[in-house]
Amino acid sequence: MSRLPVKKTYKLFIGGAFPRSESGRTYEAQGQNVARGSRKDARDAVQAARKAQAGWAAATAYNRGQVLYRLAEMVEARAAEFAELCSGRAEVERAIDRIVWYAGWADKLPQVLGGSNPVAGPYFNFTIPEPTGVVAVLAPDEPALLGFVSRVLPPVVGGNAVVAVASETSPLAAIELAEAIATSDLPGGVVNILTGSRAEIAPHLALHMDVNAIDLCGADGQSTELEEAAAENVKRVVRGRPDVQSPWEIAAFLELKTVWHPIGL
Amino acid sequence: MTELDRRQDRSPVPQDWTYAPAPEARDIVSLRGRYGHFIGGEWVEAAETYTTIAPRDEEPLAEIGEGTEQDVERAVAAARGAFEDGWSALPGSERAKYLFRIARILQERAREFAVLESLNGGKPIKESRDVDLPLAAAHFFYYAGWADKLEYAFPNRQPRPVGVAGQIIPWNFPLLMLAWKIAPALACGNTVVLKPAETTPLTALLFCDVLRQAELPAGVVNIVTGDGRTGAAIVDHEGIDKIAFTGSTEVGKAIQRRLAGTGKKLTLELGGKAANIVFDDSALDQAVEGIVNGIYFNQGHVCCAGSRLFAQESIVEPLVEKLKRRLETLRVGDPLDKNTDVGAINSRMQLDKIEELVQAGRDEGAEIYQPPCTLPEKGYWFAPTVFTNVAQSYRIAQEEIFGPVLSVLTFRTPDEAVEKANNTPFGLSAGVWTEKGSRILWMAQRMRAGVVWANTFNRFDPSSPFGGYKESGFGREGGRHGLEPYLEFDA
Amino acid sequence: MAQAPVLPAGFELPLEPRLPRIGSVDAVALEERAASLAKRSIKKQAKVFALELAIRCIDLTTLEGADTPGKVAALCSKAVRPDPADANVPSVAAVCVYENLVPTCVERLRGTGVHIAAVATGFPSGQYPTDLKVADARRAVELGADEVDMVIDRGAFLSGRYAKVYDEIVQVKEAVGPAHLKVILETGELGTYDNVRRASLLAMAAGADFIKTSTGKIPSAATLPVALCMLEAIRDVHAETGRAVGFKPAGGVRVAKQAVQHLVLVHETLGIDWLAPDRYRIGASSLLNDVLMQLRKERSGAYQSPDYFTVD
Repeated sequence: MSRLPVKKTYKLFIGGAFPRSESGRTYEAQGQNVARGSRKDARDAVQAARKAQAGWAAATAYNRGQVLYRLAEMVEARAAEFAELCSGRAEVERAIDRIVWYAGWADKLPQVLGGSNPVAGPYFNFTIPEPTGVVAVLAPDEPALLGFVSRVLPPVVGGNAVVAVASETSPLAAIELAEAIATSDLPGGVVNILTGSRAEIAPHLALHMDVNAIDLCGADGQSTELEEAAAENVKRVVRGRPDVQSPWEIAAFLELKTVWHPIGL
Repeated sequence: MTELDRRQDRSPVPQDWTYAPAPEARDIVSLRGRYGHFIGGEWVEAAETYTTIAPRDEEPLAEIGEGTEQDVERAVAAARGAFEDGWSALPGSERAKYLFRIARILQERAREFAVLESLNGGKPIKESRDVDLPLAAAHFFYYAGWADKLEYAFPNRQPRPVGVAGQIIPWNFPLLMLAWKIAPALACGNTVVLKPAETTPLTALLFCDVLRQAELPAGVVNIVTGDGRTGAAIVDHEGIDKIAFTGSTEVGKAIQRRLAGTGKKLTLELGGKAANIVFDDSALDQAVEGIVNGIYFNQGHVCCAGSRLFAQESIVEPLVEKLKRRLETLRVGDPLDKNTDVGAINSRMQLDKIEELVQAGRDEGAEIYQPPCTLPEKGYWFAPTVFTNVAQSYRIAQEEIFGPVLSVLTFRTPDEAVEKANNTPFGLSAGVWTEKGSRILWMAQRMRAGVVWANTFNRFDPSSPFGGYKESGFGREGGRHGLEPYLEFDA
Repeated sequence: MAQAPVLPAGFELPLEPRLPRIGSVDAVALEERAASLAKRSIKKQAKVFALELAIRCIDLTTLEGADTPGKVAALCSKAVRPDPADANVPSVAAVCVYENLVPTCVERLRGTGVHIAAVATGFPSGQYPTDLKVADARRAVELGADEVDMVIDRGAFLSGRYAKVYDEIVQVKEAVGPAHLKVILETGELGTYDNVRRASLLAMAAGADFIKTSTGKIPSAATLPVALCMLEAIRDVHAETGRAVGFKPAGGVRVAKQAVQHLVLVHETLGIDWLAPDRYRIGASSLLNDVLMQLRKERSGAYQSPDYFTVD
């Protein structure tokens, strides 16, 4: 007799915990029952993100880099499982390396994106990048894992907190990633993951007044309406691409602050 | 006190509160009796050895190889081979992962390394545990992240590795200086031949085990131990493309002379005689902490030590009074005791130098103060010392003592402070203490020093470039700028 | 009524009574120094010394609306004999209660040597007219308190009315007569260490016998950096005027380890002279049992369970 495996229950990831959808709904994806997130789940996720964001931004850049490196360690340990949930081992390895790549940017951003400015007067003037706050991310359908990582890591490494809507058709890689995140020392609420109908959830995030930026990578046909909704509180709108890595992806979710101070006796 | 002051005492009034010894366990470290050199990923026997000791009591710790010209030749060949055989061609992201591994392993084994560092070098365990080790691991972690991002650090310049780097490091922060040298070199795709200081080879040799655990390809890092002659062999070797040296100004100049005409790249991080300038509007108690940290941290064996205190004349008296009082709470003793603040002097030679200069200070007429402290019988020890009534021309105000000896001078106006602070051939660091922001920036603008600490002192970070002006050397370590010495560019 | 001076900032002029330089406090460096002192490794005999000292310096406190004579009577028993299983454990320095409970303490503590400290002056907020607060303090002493813990008017302090704050302290000091006056700054409301230093110097200038960190009624209380800041102010006053003012951290000192850290702070800032109940108190309640547990652990070698120590 072959052994019956214990099947996993795929839930949402909000505030570092794994709740079911408050609506109680599920849908079938990749042969599993997956939580079908509602607008209230989205609301809770944004709250969790906002609560976690200040602490994450206040951590030293070194600390953020280490935590994200540990995320890579956790994903590497589960590489075989991840490979089953996306296009295969090669994609998983690229995703891990991308996490490591982004982790290494945490303590280098101000040196590349900011600096001191030589103003014409007796003032010390410097520009520093700061996270914008809470970022909503619509993850692409493809590549299931790499695409998700490529859109979520940039805002996180910059000190933002993220509410990500996973691919509707292939959400399992994202939920698996939630488990790696939960064991990585990333504080609860820095990354929140919703599964379900993107068309249903996205507009609530786009309209949410306490979301600072939105990445429309996986938006499909809804882009225009979402962009319009985003204008309500002047969200930063990013049209992310699913397979890129660059410090400018990080910069898209950063504000620049310039400070003046007189130089004198 | 009031009449109602009835004290309920069953125990006698304490005369003092002596802290019991709190030694960090030494058995976390296991040493071999004899070490050779680490070349091409293997241990190579050394023909001749010398004994390295623990400066706290002169206990012999291990036999260390005296690196010969042949040893250096072998090491350079191994480094060149590793460079051409793949290291330089390896994608940056792969190099990065080796460096991340090294960082993580150092974090894991931090306590072991800290104990060994304090044992072999003399610095208090609380410093090696809380400063040296965390910074060393952080340095590897920071540079790991640059390995695959060089085109962002130097846009349009097509950065490429230099080749084989020869690195010679000092005895005051043995493992940390090793990290400062190896991390950027490897991140940029170079391979390395490194010589630790004669008196402090052990953490570098233990580091080779970290390399084994990280599975670093053979020959990427080679460690050859020895004294100045081994160092000279490295400097002279034609197969080395770049030399990085941290140590005394005297030796630095000798190296610069020897490299003249060879086309080899060079960076030097040499001595200092930093001015620590305290204005009358500073946060006084915290300024005292900064002064103490500036000169007694690591027994003053720090190139950027704040060895000249410039106190604004309007507060020099209360400042010196608080300083003397604070010195009384400094605990001098066993480096492995967790409560020790000031450890042992690194070597007999260094102790002799300190004693000579302190005597000169007395002879020239400065007033000396040393808090009462019992120094152990064996080993190398010097009590924290403050000289007041010091003139700019005294030897103790001019020459680097590299010991726990502070000279106090005064100034009246910011202009005078700037003039006196800059009046030295050195230019490594400076400290400014004032609560007024604009003055901090005004002073920082005028200090001829590579590092200016305002309302703080002796702060280091892998992302923060460190290096000197003038005879304190050239080149920067740390930050994006720290990559430059290890790269070649088209533009 | 004393003509309270408006405290000048920066260019200090000579004042009566003499004040040391007010100056500023650098928060980062202060916190680092406190953290570094907190890392002192206090073991064996040194630890036993500290634990016994901590007990002798505790002001065993209960300040609840629900306090009754029954509750306070039990507290007093505990104060006199903290560990029924060990007669060698000394009594604490004092109990600290609301005025209504002072008579109970007088009855229970008669002849034991344990002092009675009462909070007064509209504790904890202090948001009452001055004359009521002064009368309150006077009454506490009439009821039998040996010591009065008063609160400063933070509203006045934060709106820059330093003279009013000073005045009130002077008046209360007068009103309590021979009793000890502790002045609570409520450092958690003052916002900056600069303010903590200023309030400390002001309270000492006005005649405080002790300066105390907190009421224990708001979350932010006796942190190590705040304590260090106040100890440095005490040190400066002593150096300038020869007057020795005591220090009492209160609130947030819950476990023995913290108490030992506080004692190290005092030891390395003010020296051995301040390590006695006439110049040092710790306002605490649950701390006592943790100290007792640690003490028994040092003596027996075994980690302890709360089951073996009476709650009161």
